[in-house]
Amino acid sequence: MRLSKILTGATLALGLATGAAAQDKTKVGFIYVGPIGDGGWTYEHDKGRLAVEEHFGDQVETVYQESVPEGADAERAITQMALQGADLIFTTSFGYMDPTINVAKKFPDVKFEHATGYKQAENVSTYSARFYEGRAVQGHIAGQMTDSNIVGYIGSYPIPEVIRGINSAFIHARKVNPDVEFKIVWAYTWFDPAKEADAASVLIEQGADVILQHTDSTAPLAAAENAGDVIGFGQASDMAEYKPSPRVSSIIDNWAPYYIDRVQAVIDGTWESQDIWHGIDEGMVGIGEITDAVPDDIKASALELKDSIASGDYHPFTGPINKQDGSAWLAEGEVADDGTLLGMDFYVEGIEGKIPE
Amino acid sequence: MDLSAINPVLLIASLMVAATPLLLASVGELVVERSGVLNLGVEGMMITGAICGFAISVETGSPFTGFLAAMGGGALLSLLFAFLTQFALANQVASGLALTLFGLGLSALMGQGYVGIKPPATPRLDIPLLSDIPVLGRILFSHDLVLYFGIALTAVVWVLLKYTRVGLILRAVGENHDAAHALGFSVVGVRVVAIMFGGACAGLGGAYISLIRVPQWTEGMTAGIGWIALALVVFASWKPWRVLLGAYLFGGISVLQLNLQAAGIAIPVEYLAMSPYIVTILVLVSLSADKSRAPASLGRIFHASQ
Amino acid sequence: MIRLERRPQPSRLWSYLTPVIAVIVTMIAGGLLFAALGKNPVEAIRTIFWNPLFGEFAFYYRPQLLVKAAPLVLIAIGLSLGFRAGIWNIGAEGQYIVGALCGAGVGLAFHPTESVLIFPLMVIAGGLGGWAWAMIPGLLKVRFGTNEILVSLMLVYVAEQLLASMALGLMKNPEGHGFPGSRNLSDYASATSWIDQDIGLHWGMAAAFIAVILAYVLLNRHILGFNIRLSGEAPRAAKFSGVAPARLILFCLGTSGALAGLAGMFEVAGPSGQVSIDFNVGYGFTAIIVAFLGRLHPVGILLAGLLMALTYIGGEMAQSNLGLPAAAIQVFQGMLLFFLLALDVLTHFRIRLSARRTA
Repeated sequence: MRLSKILTGATLALGLATGAAAQDKTKVGFIYVGPIGDGGWTYEHDKGRLAVEEHFGDQVETVYQESVPEGADAERAITQMALQGADLIFTTSFGYMDPTINVAKKFPDVKFEHATGYKQAENVSTYSARFYEGRAVQGHIAGQMTDSNIVGYIGSYPIPEVIRGINSAFIHARKVNPDVEFKIVWAYTWFDPAKEADAASVLIEQGADVILQHTDSTAPLAAAENAGDVIGFGQASDMAEYKPSPRVSSIIDNWAPYYIDRVQAVIDGTWESQDIWHGIDEGMVGIGEITDAVPDDIKASALELKDSIASGDYHPFTGPINKQDGSAWLAEGEVADDGTLLGMDFYVEGIEGKIPE
Repeated sequence: MDLSAINPVLLIASLMVAATPLLLASVGELVVERSGVLNLGVEGMMITGAICGFAISVETGSPFTGFLAAMGGGALLSLLFAFLTQFALANQVASGLALTLFGLGLSALMGQGYVGIKPPATPRLDIPLLSDIPVLGRILFSHDLVLYFGIALTAVVWVLLKYTRVGLILRAVGENHDAAHALGFSVVGVRVVAIMFGGACAGLGGAYISLIRVPQWTEGMTAGIGWIALALVVFASWKPWRVLLGAYLFGGISVLQLNLQAAGIAIPVEYLAMSPYIVTILVLVSLSADKSRAPASLGRIFHASQ
Repeated sequence: MIRLERRPQPSRLWSYLTPVIAVIVTMIAGGLLFAALGKNPVEAIRTIFWNPLFGEFAFYYRPQLLVKAAPLVLIAIGLSLGFRAGIWNIGAEGQYIVGALCGAGVGLAFHPTESVLIFPLMVIAGGLGGWAWAMIPGLLKVRFGTNEILVSLMLVYVAEQLLASMALGLMKNPEGHGFPGSRNLSDYASATSWIDQDIGLHWGMAAAFIAVILAYVLLNRHILGFNIRLSGEAPRAAKFSGVAPARLILFCLGTSGALAGLAGMFEVAGPSGQVSIDFNVGYGFTAIIVAFLGRLHPVGILLAGLLMALTYIGGEMAQSNLGLPAAAIQVFQGMLLFFLLALDVLTHFRIRLSARRTA
């Protein structure tokens, strides 16, 4: 562990040398997986960073590095921020999990926050958002808005996060419309506007008049607008430029409250490692304005659903729910535990098709 | 599983849209390669065209001006490549790769103020009467202008290469630059024009993505289409009509696999996605027995030693 | 009128001078770019070129330069052999991926057994994987005369799809909560290519240095190296002197494929750690540029690889310290390549000013 020693020595030296300056400014670093101009995932994290800057003003200094590939380059990027004296570093993609843990071992005095991962340490927190709560509201609206009874769903990769969203949307669409069916297309990308546009067009051609997407570009909304009477939802960011239709509502990743909260904790010296999964209640999952394209009664019931989820009165995965093969998963009134949700690798009853292997 | 959900008419109409950026870039690259130059910078020129077209059409409110700007931007960037390979006699493979790197960075830099903006809509050209014909009307007569331009361009390039003196000179330069030089043609001049033509076409293809097919601006949005265009030119064995066919085939496979998925048919997506490239390799193998092979001077450096 | 006149011999002096001039010109042009973006150009240039080598935290960045340069050098050395003989393998990215998949596959198959034999087996598998992937264009060229530039490029896309399929399916970490990506090999003592992860040294660096030395010996001391150079510089003479083109093609493609495969294997078992969907970050393509920047000479390639690594790492520092956008760094690298390529003309040609002659 020679380097650890050298590194701690170096940080100490740095601390001494620039002690006066370092004391009044807290340095917060952000590692992004995409460019801040991606209009989706990274864009929203960067909005969180800007919110931190605005909130704390001269008290903090933020630094960021964009388009950091997951793997070797990530570890170096994180180390570099720690070396430059960052007090708190947010690593905002699942693939940064192991690099974050590795770097954290070498810098015990620096705090790390890793998004969407499952490995914690004394100085590493994890945080993620219960997007499936927003999906429930989407499904509720989609089920009632569809005339063709076909809802198209653009998935990115067949991983638990995405499957959870499909299940949540489907359950709540079926609740309000027993005839609704989901057509699911896997794009095998988080972000490829051209491919997403193709996927949306295909779904529309096959009769879908509502498009849900778990990919980050506005291309599906543009395809919906082109097709005419098709609606969709903003994903990751509000995508307000497609209001009032085709974008009738949206799920917004709102990291700002959490980031401000954690920076404050570092400033106060109260930061502790934690594992956070926040939803609508805490404001991490935002539901964008439901536009007038949605009839008033549907809008009202959607908002009601949102409020009951936020207040904790209702959990989107409440039994009775069967798995796709008909076997029982949740009994009447039973609520899914977080462990099962985090590793969800099955469809619920009623969804056609198989999850690709 | 329900195959009847797939509407072949709409499938064909949408694969034509998906294929257009590919077609435009490939036709341009075909002319470049026919002149004996291998420009691997197609991706960089496409993405530069995408942002030039997007920015200008947002600023002027006119998609048409945007498309012109995209062609200009692509051509301008290709001049860098032309300078390196034709005047500084640098290696074409390395220069092309450098061009892609540069183009990706440059476009991202230029596009920083244009994220999350909606461009002015490009009108779809519903040709009166004709577009009402059942089946054919939707497939053939109900698209945007640029799509038709792509097909027309293919025809023009075909005529130009096959029946005109200009085409003859271009091919001569590509097949044997020393002989063409001896005959008094300006090898470098022909190639620079060809490279700029390729750049303009790639730029237009890029703008088709950012202004019509998606439409929005995001960094790296061409997502590898420029590289597929390179494959396509080979697949087409340097023949314009085969480029059209190939573009529809490549575009078709990607649209078809999404259609099959939506219809609930389990398909191994990755293996389907690699099939166009494997087919291209097979085509290459079968071509090597054929006369219609690569231009003989492709990728070679020309220097007139007077 | 400006005229280029081919030098009878490439100029030694200029071949040393041009890279230096190119770097200086890039610094000036890049400085202008950074100034236009509202940053202090001197500070930006110093951050990129000086800080990783001699800055405050150089003890960390110097080994990191090797981490970044090792795969580039290893791949570029292989490619340069073929390029010298006029054999164009531009699909190293694909061979890199397949090598990584084969190497990682062996390692993952043995998990969690610990044995000193596992890593050597992975090395062999990685090299063989890259070799086999490069043999496809090789055999097609020998047998059917198919263009190897295009076949090797096509195989990159095939390899990328194969990688996605493996990361999502066969090699997916069973304990990874369903996320794509394999187990982390750098945590698996028998399979990791790290020699000392804390300092940042791995076997790929050793392999890169060995490759540089072997390539130097091969090209300067061995008949095979002579044949390679002869085939590139005077194909007809090579034929007369009895060089078998088929064997040369297979040797060059096979060697470059094997080295690219090794690079992928060392990367996946060390710095990168796991097979993931976007494991490849373009080393195979960047190595082509490195090979040319190094003038296809083993020592030149070593220096060119280090220079590229420097711009990567210095660029990252400039991003996080000075807030320069990643795109600006990319443009800066593009400029460096352009200047290096453009100025190379001075090595092989003399620039003469002459009156326009009537032909």
